[in-house]
Amino acid sequence: MNVNDPILSVRGLRTEFSGDRGDVRVLDDVAFDVGRGKIVGLVGESGSGKSMTALSLMGLVPRPQGSVSASSILLDGQDISKLDPAAMRRIRGRDIAMVFQEPMTSLNPVRKVWEQVGEPLAIHQGLGRKAIRKRVLDMFELVGIPEPRTRLDAYPHQLSGGLRQRAMIAMGLICEPKLLIADEPTTALDVTTQAQILALMRDLRDRVGTSIIMITHDLGIIAEMCDEVNVMYAGQMVEQADVFDLFERPSHPYTRGLLASIPRATVARAARRMPSIPGMVPNLARLPPGCRFAPRCGEVMAQCHRPPDLLSVGDGHAARCWLHAAGAVLPEGEMR
Amino acid sequence: MTGSALQPETGTAAPDDRIVLSTRDLTKHYRVGGGMFAGPPRVVRAVDGVTLDIRARETFALVGESGCGKTTLGRVMLRLQEPTSGTIRYRGTELTSLGEGPMRALRKNLQIVFQDPFASLNPRMRIGEILAEPLRSHGYGTPGEIRDRCTELLEMVGLRRQYLRNYPHQFSGGQRQRIGIARALANKPDFVVCDESVSALDVSIQAQVLNLLSDLQDQLKLTYFFITHDLAVVRQFADRVGVMFLGRLVEVGTTEELFARPLHPYTMLLMSAVPRPDPRRRGEDRPMVQGEIPSPMNLPKGCRFHTRCPFARDICRVEDPALQTLGGRSVACHFPLDG
Repeated sequence: MNVNDPILSVRGLRTEFSGDRGDVRVLDDVAFDVGRGKIVGLVGESGSGKSMTALSLMGLVPRPQGSVSASSILLDGQDISKLDPAAMRRIRGRDIAMVFQEPMTSLNPVRKVWEQVGEPLAIHQGLGRKAIRKRVLDMFELVGIPEPRTRLDAYPHQLSGGLRQRAMIAMGLICEPKLLIADEPTTALDVTTQAQILALMRDLRDRVGTSIIMITHDLGIIAEMCDEVNVMYAGQMVEQADVFDLFERPSHPYTRGLLASIPRATVARAARRMPSIPGMVPNLARLPPGCRFAPRCGEVMAQCHRPPDLLSVGDGHAARCWLHAAGAVLPEGEMR
Repeated sequence: MTGSALQPETGTAAPDDRIVLSTRDLTKHYRVGGGMFAGPPRVVRAVDGVTLDIRARETFALVGESGCGKTTLGRVMLRLQEPTSGTIRYRGTELTSLGEGPMRALRKNLQIVFQDPFASLNPRMRIGEILAEPLRSHGYGTPGEIRDRCTELLEMVGLRRQYLRNYPHQFSGGQRQRIGIARALANKPDFVVCDESVSALDVSIQAQVLNLLSDLQDQLKLTYFFITHDLAVVRQFADRVGVMFLGRLVEVGTTEELFARPLHPYTMLLMSAVPRPDPRRRGEDRPMVQGEIPSPMNLPKGCRFHTRCPFARDICRVEDPALQTLGGRSVACHFPLDG
């Protein structure tokens, strides 16, 4: 295995749900990589497919309504896209772990915290209670839970939201997974607690080398945390870039619109009205025929009735937009 | 009550009609627990001595973290919940001593928009009925006049009149919030509490709804009491800000003063905790709040913030600082930062 190979490489990921009114494709040809020891962001609004990407990778899309297919999902070189549910269970929690938004709903309220945090060790490594308790204590120290020894025997409701999320991160990391997927891990937390949890995750990446997929709607979190970013819209990747490129040279009109419309705490108000993106996210069952963003786009052109591919706009930077096709007719004054 | 004394904002010598709503030493305490096996009941001081003047046609943002009492304060100000003590004045009328009938009549002027306005509404009612209900209960007019007003309200918030026949589940989050706003504005209020009204919306939609609120404020001469946990929205939307911590206001000022030069350490630490959409600045070493918020049932002695404050000294552990006016700004701190 080459250390330069990504820890995760996803190609052609497609997830569909069948319902009364026919099939809906919630992910369409999703492809991205996660480098070793990198924090890679998936950012988008509700319905963009960012959480569905995580569930698809984890084999957690509900069946039989949902179906997942992919050309390949290479996890440390092993293709996990064709594994059966039993094999997937052995991977989950051991090789890929996930941290969710609301830790209270992922924890059993009547079981002690240490038993739950240590459960992956019992499942995947068959350790005894004493060894598990010791490992959980180590993990509690690693994730900065104060008075870790006394917290082992706590029940979830006896911990604050911030401590519960630290415990969930401890549980995610306890088998030293190759990849941690964090789905809006701080969205339910207060801003001061959020800052502490984000600092913890950065620190874990630096000290332990954990590779992380960070799923969020918050471009502030992307800017603070990520090395690379994937912007999703209506089930597709619409822009992929290094984090600095994304913020300095956003190349998809959707990314530009998002960056313009986020309220900023560090900049004084410039005008009474804020820039916004008109309209709303399309219904996935009734997508426009061409570019999915075209109905809301201020730079729409004749080509946009045909679906664009991800087009290169620079080194490791791509955007799904006809503005970047050779021979595209650019709006006046627009620099390529 | 210690720590709650405050001069009303007389420094500006503004005529009284510039103040729409004011509170003096407002408190709301809850008893929790108690009972056969639970031991003696304990008291949660959700709002603990708040004195505040809201000026006509301003947007006053109340910002704080969960459990700080901001939602309770918003509800008590409108007497949706009864205060434990203190007074509320709305345009010269003392609300706390007002009888049920006159209070009901005044309620037309005082409205609230929630985070999800549909959570409390009947999913089987059409939008037309949802909008007509507050009009009927305040005797707005004939059925024809009510129908016209509903159409007008819908168009006012940027929705088509055809939607009057639709049901709540047929709308997106942004559209629902527009309907919630239309309903709150049905009886032409002039004071509107917005409680996390844009917090659940996607950013592209959030900006649309904030712009709508701005436009309506200009057209209808509204005053907003804007409750939120989101400091970025506060900076882009509010004229003045109150920062709340554990039932108290710890700082009040104009948005620009407060963000440019926070006086209270908590304000400064809150602002520094907001993730910045600027990757070039992520290497910067920023001060971080330590530890956890104390329980409102078991408040620390002295300043409520001292257990998390990096600048706390001996006096902070003993004496509860009052909200004081300092060069036209208000702060409750023994050692305010350089203003």
